[in-house]
Amino acid sequence: MSMRFAAWRSQLTGYAFISPFLLGFLIFTAFPVAASFYLSFTDYDLFSAPSWVGLEQYQTMFSGDPKFWRSLKVTFIYVFVGVPLRLTFALMVALLLNRASRAIGLYRTVFYLPSIIGGSVAVSIMWRNLYGDDGVINLALNLVGFESVRWFADPLAALWMLITLSVWQFGSSMLIFLAGLKNIPPSLYEAASVDGANPPQRFFRITMPLLTPVILFNTIMQTIAAFMTFIPAYIISKGEGGPLDGTLLYSLYLFRRAFVFYDMGYASAMAWILLMIVALLTALVFATSKYWVFYETKED
Amino acid sequence: MAGKRLRWAAWHLLAAGGAFLMVYPVIWLFMSSFKKSELIFVTAGSLIPDPWIWDNYATGWKGIGGLHFGIFIRNSLVLVVLATIGAVLSSALVAFGFARLKFKGNKFWFAVMMLTLMLPFEVTLVPQYILFSQLGWLNSIKPIVVPAYFGAPFFIFLMIQFIRSIPAELDEAATIDGCGKFRLFWRIIVPLIMPAMATASIFSFYWRWEDLLGPLLYLNRPSMYPVSMALKMYLDAETISNWGAMFAMSVVSLIPVLVVFFLFQRQIVEGISTTGLKG
Repeated sequence: MSMRFAAWRSQLTGYAFISPFLLGFLIFTAFPVAASFYLSFTDYDLFSAPSWVGLEQYQTMFSGDPKFWRSLKVTFIYVFVGVPLRLTFALMVALLLNRASRAIGLYRTVFYLPSIIGGSVAVSIMWRNLYGDDGVINLALNLVGFESVRWFADPLAALWMLITLSVWQFGSSMLIFLAGLKNIPPSLYEAASVDGANPPQRFFRITMPLLTPVILFNTIMQTIAAFMTFIPAYIISKGEGGPLDGTLLYSLYLFRRAFVFYDMGYASAMAWILLMIVALLTALVFATSKYWVFYETKED
Repeated sequence: MAGKRLRWAAWHLLAAGGAFLMVYPVIWLFMSSFKKSELIFVTAGSLIPDPWIWDNYATGWKGIGGLHFGIFIRNSLVLVVLATIGAVLSSALVAFGFARLKFKGNKFWFAVMMLTLMLPFEVTLVPQYILFSQLGWLNSIKPIVVPAYFGAPFFIFLMIQFIRSIPAELDEAATIDGCGKFRLFWRIIVPLIMPAMATASIFSFYWRWEDLLGPLLYLNRPSMYPVSMALKMYLDAETISNWGAMFAMSVVSLIPVLVVFFLFQRQIVEGISTTGLKG
């Protein structure tokens, strides 16, 4: 009897400790996720009761709303140009900084700095002004012989502002790459040198394969984060997503549908499409990972 | 020998050049905040203000809509402090439960928690808003602060990693001495995981200080606005005459972030390297 009581007690103690997470998960995640799924089949403006409309929101999205497709396109360009560029810079700078020097700490700090301030409204305001008609970017373009670009007049140019702002913040991925590089045993390089491997061979045969797990992790986390980008698009376009929807990232369009037009049903349907896209992409990356991610344990 | 010196110099040139390009925008913002508003873009190519003026800080600090900038900073600090205390303490509790206690469903709920890390916030955005409006919490800081008290998955994960590095013999010794689980947590684990709690606090500070979406959705009265919303107001009222003030207050809003960064660099770098926490 007392044995069973003790077993019960230890179960209860465990659940008591994780209860903040459990409650929070039920109230702020599980219930909202279910509610969002239900709302995506309704018409709901927050003031009158939701009315069931079946698949209508999804039908409107796919066949009756060009803005949805534009925001999806803009977001895909943002993610699939921005994330690879960001990871490439992160890896290049990590390789550059992966050596012994007293100045490393300073350089690492400076390269990482944009990541720490990049999400703020202040930096988005700064970025807006760098790309102003008389801003620093245009001055730099003129300096190397190009004409000024009117960044706020062209949808693709405006999107480029958002992409460069995201690439500028490659610091956190760089730190993760640096940690990965530090984990590669120097003996591998020594052995390769003894065998006469040149630097490119050492890079492609040792560094890259051993970094692939870190690359996988970075790719997934950065892609998900990129799909959630909101503040820069909101601030740089002053909440509108312009010009011509050029900066209308998915989360900004969803926000506008929900909280400017009070289309809660439509916004919920959009959220579920996004969830499916992100889940599908993540699954795809994982599925392909067995062809390009190198796990040391398999070789042992 | 000369070749080695040359390579060394080339490396420094490359690293320093890249580093300079990275911080140039921030330096430009900082120096522009000391320029006269009407000269900021006329002299955008020069970093040296001529004349050097402090007026932008004075006008900026006077604020907007009759509210001086100190009020926005105070509002931000209230949000940061309340949310950070909640997130760090509740996460420590949960992390201890996951890392050290044996119960059915431990692995399952841990997996659920890791999955929530990958859930786009857009999915819960609308229902959460409806929930908070039903609770009558709109136009208060409750929707922003209260959820923090239910643990933050990133911080829980960070602390679990840390707790696992503490030898389990410590727990066993304490249990033999008749120490209950909560006393064990509070007296032995908490003091030992202080570094992880510090790292979590730093990240919580950043995320809360920079947060715009929460205040944008839930706060309607400018007197409750945090710094991020105040800057948005400057932007909405953007004219040539207040560029300087907007730049100056942008700089002011970055100062706490930079100070914390330079004070706690080591924790930040370690926090990111070990968990992949995004800064």
